[in-house]
Amino acid sequence: MDISVITNNIPKLLDGTVITLEITAISVAAGFVMALFLSIMSVSKNNFIRMPVKWFIFYFRGTPLLVQIFIIYYGSGQFQSALSHVGLWYLFRKPFFCAVLSLALNTAAYSAEILRGGIEGVDFGEIEAARACGMSGFLLYRRIIMPAALRIAWPAYTNEVVFLLQATSLVSIITLMDITGVARLIASRTFAFYEIFITAAVIYLVLVYGLLFVFKKIEKKITAHLNPEAMAA
Amino acid sequence: MFDLQGYGFLLVKGAKLTIVVGIGALIIALLLGLVGSLFKLSKIKTLAVLAETYTTVMRGVPELVSILLVYYGAPTLIQDIAAFFGKNIYVNLDPMFAGILTLGFIYGAFTTEVYRGAFLAVPRGQMEAARACGMSAVLSFRRILLPQMWRFAIPGLSNVWMVLIKATALISVIQLPELLMNAGIAARSTHKPFSCYFAASLIYLLITILSIGFQQWAEKRASRGIRRE
Repeated sequence: MDISVITNNIPKLLDGTVITLEITAISVAAGFVMALFLSIMSVSKNNFIRMPVKWFIFYFRGTPLLVQIFIIYYGSGQFQSALSHVGLWYLFRKPFFCAVLSLALNTAAYSAEILRGGIEGVDFGEIEAARACGMSGFLLYRRIIMPAALRIAWPAYTNEVVFLLQATSLVSIITLMDITGVARLIASRTFAFYEIFITAAVIYLVLVYGLLFVFKKIEKKITAHLNPEAMAA
Repeated sequence: MFDLQGYGFLLVKGAKLTIVVGIGALIIALLLGLVGSLFKLSKIKTLAVLAETYTTVMRGVPELVSILLVYYGAPTLIQDIAAFFGKNIYVNLDPMFAGILTLGFIYGAFTTEVYRGAFLAVPRGQMEAARACGMSAVLSFRRILLPQMWRFAIPGLSNVWMVLIKATALISVIQLPELLMNAGIAARSTHKPFSCYFAASLIYLLITILSIGFQQWAEKRASRGIRRE
């Protein structure tokens, strides 16, 4: 075991950590916004709205993320002329854009399914009461259904965000220098395989359990009304 | 657009290997999970802590990092240890062997949690009755707890399988010619990356659909003896 290999390369791995967090944050934010719309569409009674969303969710949950990344990153090359014609090629050429796009679409599908469960779990009496007060449509969703659904879905959504954080390691395969990418580069140069990969694993462990800690804190906050004693304390 | 120029057979060949790796890893995960869950529920503190550490670490580290750690790290670690004892050996892992082992080891942590919940879901009275009838701890485990636990474990185990079969795609990074790697070969040869990768994704989707069907059948079968209101 060569400790100096680890200490010498900690700064580079921390640079990778910044990239990992950046990709995670952008994908989670974009995925969440998409999931809000998709989940509402997936409980629609209109077949033409519901079915395409169902198929989108089924495809992205039923195929490996790495394949999705390859379809977007390498697959877009097949449509290079069409894409440059509409001026989108400069985006699809960049691995960062393709990585974030595929991660966002993937997490949107999983989160939409989680949120749909939350929406269906909202107490019907609350919706009736809101309707009786004259709320409908967007207002009803914004004030009553979505806040309640988010509370119900939060524990499952926490897991999804943790999975996404781990899944960002796949972007190293399309040449991005996240934690895993940096670790692979250093390992192939120094041949200190297990030292570097164990260090990378430890960084991921810290990130994952740190994230879980933050999300549990948020969960306590948004469900405080169910636990009045803890709130008073 | 879906003309794979005769490379379809390569995808089918890869799909076969994907399924073999998936089932191999599943078997290891099922066995490891059984041991892990018994350790977790054990009264011996050391075993419980050991199993807790295993699940905490395995569930917190990305699969890709674990795969790279085992495939590239394990041989050098063994060589370094051997060198420490003054022996010069050369270890080279077979990608298939390393892939099955790593995936099995990762998903063993997930099956551990599934089994643990399933064991706790069997009513306590069942085991107490078995012990009162004079069965030993091992016999009552084999006759009472193990057969009844499956009903609670099947939904969770199916979830693990669906995640696992998709995770086999990661094995392509250690050059095992499974479905995704073969799709890559086809993509480069035909210059139709989208068609090839999309076709591969449809094969994964087909495996998922078949798995869902199998899950429903297994759930029905495992709850034959349950009364429904």
